Amino acid sequence: MPITERDVEKIAELAHLELTEEEKALFTRQLASIVRYVEKLNELDTEDVPPMMHAGAEEEADYAQRDDEVLASLGQETALANAPDKARGFFRVPRVIE
Amino acid sequence: MDIIGLTIETLHRALQTGETTVREVCERLLERIDALDGTIGAYLTVDGERALQRADALDRERREGAPLKPLTGVPIAIKDNICTRQLRTSCASRILHNYVPPYNATAVERLLDAGAVIIGKTNCDEFAMGSSNENSAFKIVRNPWNLERVPGGSSGGSAAAVAADLCVAALGSDTGGSIRQPASLCGVVGLKPTYGRVSRYGLVAFGSSLDQIGPITKTVRDAARVLRVIAGRDWHDSTSSNHDVVDYEAALNGELKGIRVGVPREYFGQGLDAEVKRAVEMAVDRFADLGAEIVEISLPHTEYAIACYYIIATAEASSNLARYDGVRYGYRTTRAGNLREMYRRTRDEGFGAEVKRRIMLGTYVLSAGYYDAYYLKAQKVRTLIQRDFTQAFAQCDVIAGPTSPTVAFRLGEKTDDPLKMYLSDIYTITANLAAIPGISIPCGLSQDGLPIGLQLLGRRFDEATLLRVAHAYEQAYPFEHKPALEMSDS
Repeated sequence: MPITERDVEKIAELAHLELTEEEKALFTRQLASIVRYVEKLNELDTEDVPPMMHAGAEEEADYAQRDDEVLASLGQETALANAPDKARGFFRVPRVIE
Repeated sequence: MDIIGLTIETLHRALQTGETTVREVCERLLERIDALDGTIGAYLTVDGERALQRADALDRERREGAPLKPLTGVPIAIKDNICTRQLRTSCASRILHNYVPPYNATAVERLLDAGAVIIGKTNCDEFAMGSSNENSAFKIVRNPWNLERVPGGSSGGSAAAVAADLCVAALGSDTGGSIRQPASLCGVVGLKPTYGRVSRYGLVAFGSSLDQIGPITKTVRDAARVLRVIAGRDWHDSTSSNHDVVDYEAALNGELKGIRVGVPREYFGQGLDAEVKRAVEMAVDRFADLGAEIVEISLPHTEYAIACYYIIATAEASSNLARYDGVRYGYRTTRAGNLREMYRRTRDEGFGAEVKRRIMLGTYVLSAGYYDAYYLKAQKVRTLIQRDFTQAFAQCDVIAGPTSPTVAFRLGEKTDDPLKMYLSDIYTITANLAAIPGISIPCGLSQDGLPIGLQLLGRRFDEATLLRVAHAYEQAYPFEHKPALEMSDS
């Protein structure tokens, strides 16, 4: 499936990216070539092959489970320490509701 | 105290005899970083003051009779996508340019518990996305062996710092080869452990089913030491494994009898540079000389690995990188009237081109109508690639081949063509897809004087055999070259 500039605009919107006209043109070209390359996978018949659900473990499910213990968390001050904008113990963002 | 070529082993011997102190070693290193790193660019942050404070504290403990812990006084550099408490962790990205983590990654916490000194944070490709370190938002890294060449990526700063003796050891992260390929291009040892062997807690997520933290060191023994310290189950990472952590150093017995070394024909075909091929084939012959049995094997789905990887890795990245929205930490745009605009512009201004490209590709392959065709298909092919290895490991104990198809390439040589850059990961990517461990060790120099890396792959959670084989090779054929770097250069 060839990628068009319209596809790129739609993907950018889904990904919350704002692209310049130049980037749009560049990405359309580059993504088209990458997608053409990855379609190589269609040469393989995978009808009866299960998808890998946990990295490395086709047979064994060795991912570990643990009890859900309550531990101390970061705390408000620490959690806010890296905030670009904050007020009265909250993250502050531009107006959401007009 | 000469810090050129200093390893954990030689440093500990010198501390034990009283020949040096932790402070002296740290001071020498900081002087060397001062003199050379302006040219190389391996570090994004040097934490000199705190390193010296910690050095003094460790020296004091030693004087009071404290025994050496596995990493006491070892100056270690940490890749800048691994969180360090109260020490900036930028992922070489504008979007995290001012991020100061409130916690340590588990691997870092374990290094500190074992007595290590964190000397600084190393440069890398932005969010670990790249194979040349040219995607850092801040500066490039130059290969210490030739300043016009790339150090490899994405852990290029860590590999260059180890190669140039700007630290004793380093941590990197490996999603598709990002520890092994730069280790190969810089002539040092790089180990990617089995998926789940080392906790990913505090490693800034790129491809969560592929990412793994591992050591970059000057010797195999040092890699074994660091691995033992950082490996093991972690309450904070549900994908970390309960598998027993063994004494990897005890496995280094120099013995290769009874070891079967598999040589995959697919790793020696088209695209492999002739000099690299010759050096790796010679290494295989040497294994035979050392008493190992050489077995020809096949990994038939190798040619699909890059396509499979770039679907899975970008899909996971697009999801993981959705968190950078300018709300809770990092960069926020100054030109936004409303919330959606703030998200978009923050991300547009904060991410570099390669990161955007991968977010776009990942969003595309996960989007409605394409999920089955791309993502699900790739996960099935991933199963086939893993089965290749399961079958191969029925015939051999380790697999030997090249780490990278070429020696270090020139700065700027591949930046215009992302696909061409992706193709240089061909031999390393399969280990991440199959969740197996891999190590790169130096096995020769090209005519231009650039290091060539030998990659060994092992069975899941069998780092002990992998390290044993790598160590036996290293002992029999030590790599005794060093890059020519003059302190007076700067």
